[in-house]
Amino acid sequence: MILAEVIGTVVSPVQIPVLDGRKLLLLKPVTPSGAPAGQARIGIDTIGAGMGDRVLVIQEGNSSRQILQEPKGAVKTVIVGFVDEVEMGGEIVYDHANS
Amino acid sequence: MFLARVTGRLVATISYPGLDGVPLQWIQPLDEDGQPCGPQLVACAAIGSGPGDLVHFVDGREAAVALEETYVPVDATIIGYVEQVQRADATAWVEAQP
Repeated sequence: MILAEVIGTVVSPVQIPVLDGRKLLLLKPVTPSGAPAGQARIGIDTIGAGMGDRVLVIQEGNSSRQILQEPKGAVKTVIVGFVDEVEMGGEIVYDHANS
Repeated sequence: MFLARVTGRLVATISYPGLDGVPLQWIQPLDEDGQPCGPQLVACAAIGSGPGDLVHFVDGREAAVALEETYVPVDATIIGYVEQVQRADATAWVEAQP
């Protein structure tokens, strides 16, 4: 699982059926302190995340299929958690309430 | 799942059984600003995309799952068109050749 920030929404009018009706968000992977950490990717939202939110993201097919209950879906990147707080070495490096 | 631009087509006269008739296309992965990011790669197309289209693709094992024949040796498949990417700062970039 990785930590990412929601930086945009993606509108996809034609896609494989498993994605129909699902909200796609543009995600930027970040380090615990919030610095960019890798290529932006598209994730399927399952928690109602919005712009600017810090989220937990899985990038594995079987887990994604399980969460979406789509045993044959070609899905890989799914937002599974909303991050409230990140602590590193006893220090709070991200706090949603103060961000 | 990543953003990409289709840049061309590729024809393989001999391919693995199960991949007959599956379109192969060159794609250029894009970053969040729509700028090229990393090397181009060859992807199968699960939708009717063509050169110039803005798309998203899935990599790894799921690339084969997106196809009709799911036990085939591929590692990237185009799974949808992208019409618009709306950013948090209210800027949007849309389907159009850069």
